[in-house]
Amino acid sequence: MEKGTWTVKTGLAQMLKGGVIMDVVTAEHAKIAEDAGACAVMALERVPADIRAAGGVARMADPDVILAIKAVVSIPVMAKCRIGHFVEAQVLEALGVDFIDESEVLTPADESHHVWKHDFKVPFVCGCRDLGEALRRIAEGAAMIRTKGEAGTGNIVEAVRHMRAVMGEIHKLANMPEEELMAESKAIGAPLELVLDVRRTGKLPVVNFAAGGIATPADAALMMQLGSDGVFVGSGIFKSSDPSARAKAIVKATTHHRDARIIAEVSRGLRAAMPGLDIKAIPKEELLATRGW
Amino acid sequence: MRIGILALQGAFVEHLGILERLGAEPVLVRLPVELEGLDGLIIPGGESTTMIRLMLEYELLQPLKDRAEASLPVMGVCAGMILLAKRVADSPLQSLGLMDMTVRRNAFGSQVDSFEADLDIPALGETPFHGVFIRAPVIEAANSTVELLARLDDGRAVAARQGRLLAAAFHPELGSDLRLHRYFLDMASGGPPVA
Repeated sequence: MEKGTWTVKTGLAQMLKGGVIMDVVTAEHAKIAEDAGACAVMALERVPADIRAAGGVARMADPDVILAIKAVVSIPVMAKCRIGHFVEAQVLEALGVDFIDESEVLTPADESHHVWKHDFKVPFVCGCRDLGEALRRIAEGAAMIRTKGEAGTGNIVEAVRHMRAVMGEIHKLANMPEEELMAESKAIGAPLELVLDVRRTGKLPVVNFAAGGIATPADAALMMQLGSDGVFVGSGIFKSSDPSARAKAIVKATTHHRDARIIAEVSRGLRAAMPGLDIKAIPKEELLATRGW
Repeated sequence: MRIGILALQGAFVEHLGILERLGAEPVLVRLPVELEGLDGLIIPGGESTTMIRLMLEYELLQPLKDRAEASLPVMGVCAGMILLAKRVADSPLQSLGLMDMTVRRNAFGSQVDSFEADLDIPALGETPFHGVFIRAPVIEAANSTVELLARLDDGRAVAARQGRLLAAAFHPELGSDLRLHRYFLDMASGGPPVA
């Protein structure tokens, strides 16, 4: 019997596909998310919109918050550690979380290096803006990838940009002559073996979700139609007027993402979405997606 | 042979590739109308609570239960096994309730206790089957009408068959061993003798 293998790590991500992972800050939120059909929850002290508003240093959640959430749901519980903060990751593994998100939403602990994720039995998900960043994280041991988007904005534009970048680069690799792959590997800063793997299979070697800015059922379906395997919804649910109804609608739109009649139907009567932010109005140093190397 | 794959959430695409390799015609099932004309159905791994909610919302649960009770062969993997069981220990979950057994969800704990292990499954031949267990359930109790097909070294049952229904706590779709899928297709075509 072997635990913590690459197959069981990437396998859990495969089980999450087609689903919605919701940010929750209390056990009560977690229950609402599970009842709405979330395939996992992300345990946090504050949703990204509040982290953005509060400023200061954002860290791993209080273990009591994580344990309280673990106690009330049967679906997988994820939690975030700061980029490069391998001791926060060790603590989260000891608490028995099912997945760690090494996340740019928290304040980075290391501005040069990410966690060496192969050292852990618990799987990691990491953010990316393009294929090179995705493959660097996978090489470090990430068993799942999510495009970053811009968390806490309710604005889908960055999520779309990052998903199109990843998919576009995969298509480009698939059509590239072999002799150009080494230069491409150097240009995007990704290990050659993974570049060869992506070229051969035409896809990332791990599951890829979309995150950062999903606020409506149509946003979720858009990311699915662009090629995402599932979606993370952060502030979009619990910063809206009717979280339970919106959560259920986003779950249905994710499953039936190619059925516009169903998306139309579930989008009715949801009351107000979270207020959105124009990305251009955010000072450059406050952008979260640029964190990570 | 047209084999449906419940495609509400989870690892359904993995089964699609395997069924194609075995020469069956896979069909993704999300709405009741897609149950028409199937010779069998696979319920994949994923989150059972998510799948049950979506089955109820889109009125898939009762038609599927009716068809399975009539004669439709069904294979359930991990979450699919939970959906097939009549009883789920310490849980109010109610779903298809087709196989006369009690299963326990997340029987091994959280993800750090997920594992791989070789299994003796006599129904599939002498070569051990490599089982991938991810936050897996186990079969805690089963009526005598349920044939237990595989056990872990500690004796806990992890695969079972009852007539045209087949359940596994592990994930054959994550490996390259196609024997369990082939066994199911044989079952669906009336191949091996019914237990």
